[in-house]
Amino acid sequence: MSGEGITQELKHEVDDLHNRYVQCIDDDDLESWPDFFTEKCLYRVIPRENEEVGLPAAVMWGDSKGMLQDRVVALRNANIYQVQWYRHIISNPCIQLVSDGVIKAQSNYAVFKTCNDGESTVYNVGKYVDLIVRDNGLLKFQERSVIFDTHKITTLMVIPI
Amino acid sequence: MTSSSRTQWPENADHTAVPYFLFNDQDIYNREQRKIYNGPAWHFLALEAELLELGSFKSTFIGDTPVVVTRGQDSEIYAWVNRCAHRGAEVCRHRHGISEDGTFTCVYHQWAYDAKGDLRGVPFQRGLAGKGGYPKDFDKTKHSLRKVRVVSYCGVIFGTLSDDTPDIETYMGEDVSYFFKRIMNRPVEVLGTTRQYIKGNWKFYAENAKDPYHASLLHLFHATFGLYRSSQEGATVINNDYHTVLWAKGGKEDEAAAEDVKKDKLRTYQEGTYTLNDPSLLAGKQEFDDGISLVILTLFPSLVLQQIQNTLAVRQVLPKGKDEFELVWTCFGYTDDSEEMRNIRLKQGNLIGPAGLISMEDGESTELCQKAIVSDGDRTNVILMSGSDTESEDHLVTESAIRGLWKGYRKMMEL
Repeated sequence: MSGEGITQELKHEVDDLHNRYVQCIDDDDLESWPDFFTEKCLYRVIPRENEEVGLPAAVMWGDSKGMLQDRVVALRNANIYQVQWYRHIISNPCIQLVSDGVIKAQSNYAVFKTCNDGESTVYNVGKYVDLIVRDNGLLKFQERSVIFDTHKITTLMVIPI
Repeated sequence: MTSSSRTQWPENADHTAVPYFLFNDQDIYNREQRKIYNGPAWHFLALEAELLELGSFKSTFIGDTPVVVTRGQDSEIYAWVNRCAHRGAEVCRHRHGISEDGTFTCVYHQWAYDAKGDLRGVPFQRGLAGKGGYPKDFDKTKHSLRKVRVVSYCGVIFGTLSDDTPDIETYMGEDVSYFFKRIMNRPVEVLGTTRQYIKGNWKFYAENAKDPYHASLLHLFHATFGLYRSSQEGATVINNDYHTVLWAKGGKEDEAAAEDVKKDKLRTYQEGTYTLNDPSLLAGKQEFDDGISLVILTLFPSLVLQQIQNTLAVRQVLPKGKDEFELVWTCFGYTDDSEEMRNIRLKQGNLIGPAGLISMEDGESTELCQKAIVSDGDRTNVILMSGSDTESEDHLVTESAIRGLWKGYRKMMEL
């Protein structure tokens, strides 16, 4: 159900943003991933156990598009990890206009991870809580909080969610 | 080799050549639970900052033993084994919280305990309508939860299941406690917890945290941005065999050593290849007068206390069977941090933890080892960097701290 001021066109546009975001990651087009965010932004991947009691520590935390680009450069050139692919399954977001031109969205996600041994496992599940704005005509994430239930991160987390 | 001979240290092995079966053997694991986790060692339980309020509690483990640490109504810290004295059920089912009335009640038959672990109430003790009930000589004071000896040292709470464990400073050693007090020099504020589950034996991680040799070679992020190189000024400090501190000063490099690093043409030596789009990640503050920017302190067997740049954290190593362990990171700052300092710590939090740009590979290296050793338990590794002794050294090109680990491990395991 759309909230007040949310047209079908806008809802469709928000859905499309969500779908393109996860497809970008799952298709390993990570160099394009920071483009889903505004220049000054907030991307956090934080365990639910911290978020719920107001503790700020996150496993990934970036407050600029540059920091997100640096994550990708590190992942490509610096970090050591076994070959792995993500497959995101996301729910339709609930959206509402919170102020002039700012859309709040919340959706669920599940990420399956597949490594070289061919086994797919439920790697991480949680929710996205987003603030979305229009930036040069395109919808972008001003904030994307990835609040994860799966606090037991197996081995490591290198690819963003 | 039969399983009984697994409890013998092989004749061809010493602390420079450790047999792989130690990392993948159920008998060894069981013996560790008895000799180390129920033995004379102090185990990290919590930061006092996690238990600020009266009645607050945290569930954790000493080895396989579930333990709850509490702050009683008298403000003292207590810990007890999380197993009802009645029929063995888990008493506290929450990871952390506050018990408003200061009691902990087992859900199975509602035996109720206080924060000290003393039994306060038993339903139907006198029976119902004259039927049933406990015998007249039933003594509640004889059915407390198993108490854990605790000590709070500079705001860090440790527990031990043995009466033979020496006092914490004696256990830790003078040099290690100096560095411990250096980080825990004033009240801290918890920033949050993250958890990582690794399919490897806990001792591969214990080795890793005492291994300055790998730091500049495995962790490319570290080396490339000049956060740490083996040629940096630093030292390897060893107390009582298995407690260690690796420290390094940021930016200080031994020039001759730096030239040698270049000659080796290492994968990790790519200075200048990468620059950060957003350098604010590494724009921290020098908050210690000694200029040391990296401290990895290990207190055998369950604690790593670290300072990497402006990130401060304790890492708790919790074995989960012979080939898995959980690594619990609790990140903190100081209560007198400015908002700017707090933001620096949050931003630099990207360097550490399960997704840490610096630390993530440590889980990976542990799994790499575990996968490869399974079928060759009688073969040994090679721990010879900088010789074969187990003394402190004034540099970081050494495996002496790993040798110390095995020397101390053998003693505590009586192997």
